[in-house]
Amino acid sequence: MAEAVANGLLAGAAYALVALGLTLVYGVLHIVNFAHGALLTLAMFAAWGLHAAFGLDPYLAILPMAAGFMALGYGLQRWVIGPASHGDDGNTLLVTLGLSIVIENALLALFRSDTRTLGADSGFDVVELGPMLLSRPRLIGFGVSLLAAALLWAVLSATDTGKAIRAVAKEKLGAQLCGIDPRHVYAVTFGLGCACLAVAACLLLPTFYVNPRVGNAFVLVAFTIVVLGGMGSIPGALVGGLFVGVVESLGGLLLGESLGQLGIFVIFILVLLLRPTGLFGARA
Amino acid sequence: MSARDLWPGLALLALIALMPFVASNTVLNFLLSALIVALAAQGWNILGGYAGQLSFGHAAFFGMGAYATAILQIRYGVNAWAGLAAGIALGAVVGWVIGALSFRARLRGSYFALVTLAFAEVLRILANAADFTGGAAGLLIRLSPGVENLQFPSRAVFLWLVAGTVAAVLLLTAWIARGRFGARLVAVRENEDAARALGVDVLAVKLRAIALSGAVTAAAGCLYAQNFLYLDASIAYGTWISVEVLIACVLGGAGTVLGPVLGALALHGVGEVAKIVLGQVAGPVPGVDLVVFGALLVVGIAFLPRGVMGGLRRLVQRFPR
Repeated sequence: MAEAVANGLLAGAAYALVALGLTLVYGVLHIVNFAHGALLTLAMFAAWGLHAAFGLDPYLAILPMAAGFMALGYGLQRWVIGPASHGDDGNTLLVTLGLSIVIENALLALFRSDTRTLGADSGFDVVELGPMLLSRPRLIGFGVSLLAAALLWAVLSATDTGKAIRAVAKEKLGAQLCGIDPRHVYAVTFGLGCACLAVAACLLLPTFYVNPRVGNAFVLVAFTIVVLGGMGSIPGALVGGLFVGVVESLGGLLLGESLGQLGIFVIFILVLLLRPTGLFGARA
Repeated sequence: MSARDLWPGLALLALIALMPFVASNTVLNFLLSALIVALAAQGWNILGGYAGQLSFGHAAFFGMGAYATAILQIRYGVNAWAGLAAGIALGAVVGWVIGALSFRARLRGSYFALVTLAFAEVLRILANAADFTGGAAGLLIRLSPGVENLQFPSRAVFLWLVAGTVAAVLLLTAWIARGRFGARLVAVRENEDAARALGVDVLAVKLRAIALSGAVTAAAGCLYAQNFLYLDASIAYGTWISVEVLIACVLGGAGTVLGPVLGALALHGVGEVAKIVLGQVAGPVPGVDLVVFGALLVVGIAFLPRGVMGGLRRLVQRFPR
């Protein structure tokens, strides 16, 4: 039981990172990014490809991957999503949905639905912690996720860019009048969201498989976390992520794998119906 | 103004109905599946196009209709036509329930899209796990051609049936669009608070829209089951149908009478062409048609935000008579 809780916490950290990117984009752009899951899949394939082609360890790939996905996200928002949606929220939703369909199925066409893994045994390394056996890659993932979240928090609260992001999130017109270009800020935010995904992908890779649909498994979990934690709330995403990780781990233990899946959706629907502002979100 | 779309639409369907006299079975099969998607898209259009509530989970209704017809026939020996009626009714009920839950909780915009997606996924997981629905192996409806079984030895009759249903929904949509109910739907879409201030019962209007929408899409699911005589959870409740009806409506012109039909025919056509063209270059590649659909969605919203119908209307207005 304690082991299940600990494992849930460890898995939850990766969820939290995925959710962090989603909540950041929602908090600033006020849109749900439906392409989030597909972008995570893309990041996992990229990390897998770097390993397969150049033997690059996924942990070493974190920094270049984050930089690359930051640029990708910036470009996507600046030149695709932004211009295509004419500033209408409904359109943005549909454009990100379109992007996710394109990315996911392009990967499917290129790599087929085969499942790939890193193929190393390192995924099964365990660390003994008191009475519990914990997986080493997951432990590393936990540490790095918290570090990445702290870093994001620091960027948002201390740098000028962070201030600009928060300003646009609060009052777009006011920020614009102060000389901030919201299109640039939107793109930077989207880039940061994608960078979170790249880090998460590198951390997940050693213990997880890769196939063109893998992002779907995470994206609904991430949506659940974001809704649970309150749309746009960063501490909410962290706590929500850890909570959902534990619930899933316990659910899998008590109900078995196939119905354990159901738990996430049920929580999701219940939270949306009963408390759509989440645990940390401001009252609408 | 939207009733003007009615005549070209009926003419188009009449043309399709004449196809069995000239076209091959491949073409008829294509038209059949395109029209079934068109029917499902007409359902989406009532809720998403007119009432402005974007659903990402219309597979919930499509699958409900398909499973209802199949299960009633296979497990209870119910007549297929009665199964069709039951499926349509069940679609309306499920729509009403999902609507009552989520509209009462005041979900709109992306929240509503997310919750519909989640409902469809829950249904898919349940249908995939339960014995009642044939589980992962799916359900086979016994082949026994006959009018009473809603199975026809020739493709033509089934095509006429589906085209007739699409035409009926076209008439229904045009009638709604002209009337009071249509005006209320549009009022809710354009500004919910203003509509409420004018005395529109927003919740009731949305509930009626989602029930009607669910019924129409469920009818498409029933006809799908009768056409292919096989279904499993990832066909009936799969994201493909949610996505395809949405894109068909948005591309064709959401909130227009003819948009969903045009969109579905065009989209299905483009998808088939993409599959054939790439298939000749690289062999069968999974997911190609969906790549094209997704790209069309992005490009369509970028350059034709009101869909093909909106674009046509602008063209017509540019040349005054």
